[in-house]
Amino acid sequence: MRIRNPRDFWAGAIYLALAIAVILIGRNYPQGTSARMGPGYFPTALGSVLAVLGLVSVGRAFLRPGEPISGFAWRPLTLVLGATALFGVLLPRAGLLIALACLIAVGAMASRNSRLDATSIAALVGLVALCAIVFVKGLGVPMPLVGTWFGG
Amino acid sequence: MDVLANLALGLQTAMSPANLLYCLVGVFLGTAVGVLPGIGPIATIAMLLPMTFGLPPVSALIMLSGIYYGAQYGGSTTAILINLPGESASVVTALDGYRMARQGKAGIALATAAIGSFVAGTVATLLVALFAPPLAEVALRFGPAEYFSLMVLGLVASIVLARGSLLHALAAVVIGLALGLVGTDVNSGQARYTFGFPQLADGIGFVVIAMGMFGLAEIVANLEHEGSRSAAITRVKGLLPSRQDWARIVGPIARGTVLGSALGILPGGGAILASFASYSLEKKLSKAPEEFGRGAIAGVAGPESANNAGAQTSFIPMLTLGIPANPVMALMIGALMIQGIQPGPTIITEQATLFWGVVVSMWIGNVLLLILNLPLIGLWVRMISVPYHLLYPAIMVFCAIGVFSIGNTTFDVYLMVLFGLLGYVFLKLGCEPTPLLLGFILGPPLEEHLRRALVLSEGRAEVLLREPLSAALLAAATLLLASVLVPAIRKKREETFVSEG
Repeated sequence: MRIRNPRDFWAGAIYLALAIAVILIGRNYPQGTSARMGPGYFPTALGSVLAVLGLVSVGRAFLRPGEPISGFAWRPLTLVLGATALFGVLLPRAGLLIALACLIAVGAMASRNSRLDATSIAALVGLVALCAIVFVKGLGVPMPLVGTWFGG
Repeated sequence: MDVLANLALGLQTAMSPANLLYCLVGVFLGTAVGVLPGIGPIATIAMLLPMTFGLPPVSALIMLSGIYYGAQYGGSTTAILINLPGESASVVTALDGYRMARQGKAGIALATAAIGSFVAGTVATLLVALFAPPLAEVALRFGPAEYFSLMVLGLVASIVLARGSLLHALAAVVIGLALGLVGTDVNSGQARYTFGFPQLADGIGFVVIAMGMFGLAEIVANLEHEGSRSAAITRVKGLLPSRQDWARIVGPIARGTVLGSALGILPGGGAILASFASYSLEKKLSKAPEEFGRGAIAGVAGPESANNAGAQTSFIPMLTLGIPANPVMALMIGALMIQGIQPGPTIITEQATLFWGVVVSMWIGNVLLLILNLPLIGLWVRMISVPYHLLYPAIMVFCAIGVFSIGNTTFDVYLMVLFGLLGYVFLKLGCEPTPLLLGFILGPPLEEHLRRALVLSEGRAEVLLREPLSAALLAAATLLLASVLVPAIRKKREETFVSEG
């Protein structure tokens, strides 16, 4: 037995894991009857369908050959997602101005074409200023310009 | 004539200076985004959604629709000029449009696309005006069983029309349905799958999922394949097609319009499927099929008309049934719900101004596109040359602020990161995320209607088959699913999506 289709295999494994989680957590909710479905009825049904699909996918992975999974692009993945999460952390604490600057700077490192030069710094400052004006002043989104770390 | 009176009401609404301005802003932004590589209409509408919260519902929807068909148009511009389809429905346009551009006929190709889109848009707008009200009347008589079956049909269609493996599309729908469970159960008040987070009590925001899976995940995927692309852009001259060209595009435009209008109503990838279907139809009908792929003007005219018609008629199920035919329509439903309007059959009578205003604005938007875009082509060409590494940080900024502004909580920002990761894993495993989004949107109403139907029938599931309309819908869904499993059709389906490449 050899995995001939890694994409099917891992996709199936993810479906199975999700299905088990859905069903196990769903057991905490009253199931009810089909005439009076409880909050746990539909989730359990969905989880079961997903489990079947997961099993089929895993099973098929041993039968039908398929393409391998191309390598993860770890650098852009971590930098793009990391920069966004960092924005979430910094927004209330350091304020919008710093949070945006960090989001843009860290995010930009994900591309190998990015350069640290006068143009990109000007673009960064311009974008931050634009967002502060449009979203905070214009649309009134409640984001602090200066965060709690700096007494904002 | 009821239709005329209604259209007059719509005209009055859509022609008010403010709404005209929002329509203009919408098509302009939409075209710009369609031209810019790497941001699709879904991510754009999700990003710009927060900006429409302050607007009255009509204006918000007019602007969002403008963005949608503007993006379709912008996508074909890049497809023709640099062989880079700005969004997936224009992949087909690139086949012959780019060839034409290489032969010095870029202007004619662009004009053909514009004219085709305009004709198709006009016809499709009329179709929406004619068919939406009677459809809504039928829908008013729908009970929970019919609604449930209709949604099942919608989901099945989205699976069948999705790219790639059926199995994974089906799984994506189920995962979407499961994500829709998160939050407070409306019947019992029970909090489900909230993991103790009060922020999840109202469920996951669909913008969070859309921006994570279509915004962030796409950025990572684009960066993965980032090269040092320097686009050689052809000079655009000679916009007007000759009399000979006209003779060659009339047929394809007419056929594309009909085909696109019909396919646009179907859930799934309406506009995408429409352009492919039209391309293969024209190739079959052509006296010189060998010209296709080498700059056949019919290969631009047909698909462009088809995808614009499809984009427009996909509003029919959204406005009359409250059921989205594609993720963009799902976002529109979200926008309406944020405005406190529940899309569904009652919208036409209860929100007549909104409905007819939006319908007429679609046509006005098409006129605006036609008169705006040909002169502005120089601007779009310059926008194409914006390098991606300067563009994507701005997209990240708009995603982050956009998601935050909907609920004013950083929790949603973290959640979006999580969906960005899921979206990327999906891409890596070759699973299409679109069915997931549709499942997510339809999950809560699907469960709700199923529960109601079974309460009414005292727990007998046969009710779904005993009501004739519901049974017919379920039969259609079964047929659709079964047809894809027939080897011949299955092969055809795979070929269609392979050629998309």
